[in-house]
Amino acid sequence: MDIRAQVSSVFHLDKCIGCHTCSIACKNLWTDRRGNEYMWWNNVETKPGTGYPTKWEDQEKYNGGWELVGTQLRLKQGGKAGTIGKIFHNPDLPTIDDYYEPFTYKYEDLTNAPAAKDQPTARPVSMISGEPMKIEAGPNWDDDLSGSNVYAANDPGVIQLTEEEQQQLFAIEKMVMFHLPRICNHCMNAACVASCPSGAIYKRGEDGIVLINQDKCRGWRMCVSACPYKKTYYGWSSGKSEKCILCFPRQEAGEAPACFHSCVGRIRYLGVLLYDADKIEATAMKSDGELAAAQREMILDPFDPQVIAAAREGGLADQVIEAAQNSPVYKFVKQWGIALPLHPEFRTLPMLFYVPPLLPLLSVENNGTQKISDDFFTTLEQARLPLMYLAGLFAGGNQEEIKAVYRRLIAVRIQRRAASVGDLPEAELQNARELSGLDDAALDAIYRMTSLTRIKERIVIPPMLREQAIEAGMDPEEYKQGMGFGSRQAPKRRW
Amino acid sequence: MADMILFGVFPYVALALAIGVGIYRYGFDRYSWSSQSSQFLESKALFWGSIPWHYAILLILIAHFLAFLVPSSWGALLGSPLRLVFLEITGIALGLTTLIALAILIFRRIGNPRISAVTSKVDWLLFASLLLQVATGVYIAISLRWGGAWYVHTVSPWLWSLVKLNPQIDYLANLPGIVQLHAVNAFFLVAIFPFSRLVHVVSVPLGYLGRPYQVVIWYRQRRNDY
Repeated sequence: MDIRAQVSSVFHLDKCIGCHTCSIACKNLWTDRRGNEYMWWNNVETKPGTGYPTKWEDQEKYNGGWELVGTQLRLKQGGKAGTIGKIFHNPDLPTIDDYYEPFTYKYEDLTNAPAAKDQPTARPVSMISGEPMKIEAGPNWDDDLSGSNVYAANDPGVIQLTEEEQQQLFAIEKMVMFHLPRICNHCMNAACVASCPSGAIYKRGEDGIVLINQDKCRGWRMCVSACPYKKTYYGWSSGKSEKCILCFPRQEAGEAPACFHSCVGRIRYLGVLLYDADKIEATAMKSDGELAAAQREMILDPFDPQVIAAAREGGLADQVIEAAQNSPVYKFVKQWGIALPLHPEFRTLPMLFYVPPLLPLLSVENNGTQKISDDFFTTLEQARLPLMYLAGLFAGGNQEEIKAVYRRLIAVRIQRRAASVGDLPEAELQNARELSGLDDAALDAIYRMTSLTRIKERIVIPPMLREQAIEAGMDPEEYKQGMGFGSRQAPKRRW
Repeated sequence: MADMILFGVFPYVALALAIGVGIYRYGFDRYSWSSQSSQFLESKALFWGSIPWHYAILLILIAHFLAFLVPSSWGALLGSPLRLVFLEITGIALGLTTLIALAILIFRRIGNPRISAVTSKVDWLLFASLLLQVATGVYIAISLRWGGAWYVHTVSPWLWSLVKLNPQIDYLANLPGIVQLHAVNAFFLVAIFPFSRLVHVVSVPLGYLGRPYQVVIWYRQRRNDY
């Protein structure tokens, strides 16, 4: 057993209101430089929709992630020699037109224009070339466009649905959508790491954060095509690829990552998971439908004495094990089993999990008046989103995974209705509880964690123990004198 | 005197710049070490430019280096007329390939405003120098036949004399002006190598073939076997 700790997250999609505060917090901190305008390390997509970059989920188009070739796991864009062979021109690389051309407006024309009969206008100009341009796409261009036949209808997840299911999605007055916030998944079997010819991308051993060493990156841009989530971005001005760093400088100071901290809906949970690194490869080779369950299987119980002993032996500090025991992510993913990885079939073993959206109640028409449906709570049979669509997103097509999660979420709703209003028959509550497989205490805990907890319970940052790491390598006094001294240069092209 | 400076001194200056500035840049501004790929902004024309350019120029450079490093073996290789003709034709074909590919790449930079915006002054200088180098090379290959053979008795000894710190500039001084231009411009490219995006040529990532897919870095020594 090779036990490692991973800082992981859960996003509760029923709570996301799509306000993009997370995206703005991230952008202001990290990606407001030239060449990074288009980089949304955190973005919020409308689902169904084509996402960002457009149709990123379609690996027939982008060849991202891994594939099983016989009994071998191989990058879909090609093996190692194939990757090197594509270094002069990478056919799988998206171009900026798959994202959008960053633009601004010539605001100075508003004040500098000579007096004339017409109103001066601020024309849009490209932030790359500075030339006037026609804006045809931008960040969140398809925001809330759930019924769009340009965006929603071209969602790779929608295309694979049956005609009937598609009609259910797009029927008037039953139109349905939800928001999908995305950051880097800091995968266990990261395709970006595996694809980097320079070896610049690495996973931090202590906390599993995946980073690109900016000094080692040579701009071979293989990570951009290899990441199936398109969460590494090529800096077209600096010639370096960049990605979400899970705000590790903030975490090392005990602060939540900016997108977590700023989340208005408090949908984001962060905590440590312990997992067995020896199982990574075997897990990543499971069949599509088994992947979500297999990944859950890899996550270890931080209360199990055997696990604790093995973790200590592997060098994990007691504080980290304690953080794993308090981890809300462990509860969501493993204890309650209501959070699933996004597109597990890409086989990168993503460590960001989502609670699938149950969505608000649907009103029904009854003799010309709208009222809430008789089945007060969504039932599986009346799920507003086709289960197949959700299974395509979160379970490699395995609808049983989604059903299990939904039964639990429905049980929580029914239990809360019974507790707060008390108008539901005991039999219905009993039935929901049995179907969910969770007891009253667990249902209560889910409710509490979903709606009442404060930041310290939602976001449990392990002590990152930098001081000990420094002590192990060099004299702390020397470190104190040396670090931060000397030339720090701006991350932009100079030569 | 001018010959001495161009053929006897400048190569050393160029090499000193390449090594000195190269080490400085690698040591103190490694962040800047990048291929500066522009494929993200324009992919289609790059395909027709970059791929033929890189493969053809690599083969041509290998031939130049082999003829310089092992002139006797190279000369023996060309001993048979059939092999000489074959190499001559291959060389001209590759040279024309680089010329066409470079033309595509240059037109792409001029014609596409996005690409122009990410092209620095040094990039333009580099392109001009490369174009001069490739154009003179092709011209020499066509007008001064059997370069593969005479290179061994002229350029190769000159380069070896430079290596031996005893520059014999006569080898080059007696060659036609176009060959001299080609030789001096080659060292000009060496000289601007550390100042330009050309630095990526020494970052060939062959280590990738041997390493495991996943890279995990620890702050501290965790176990003995790590």
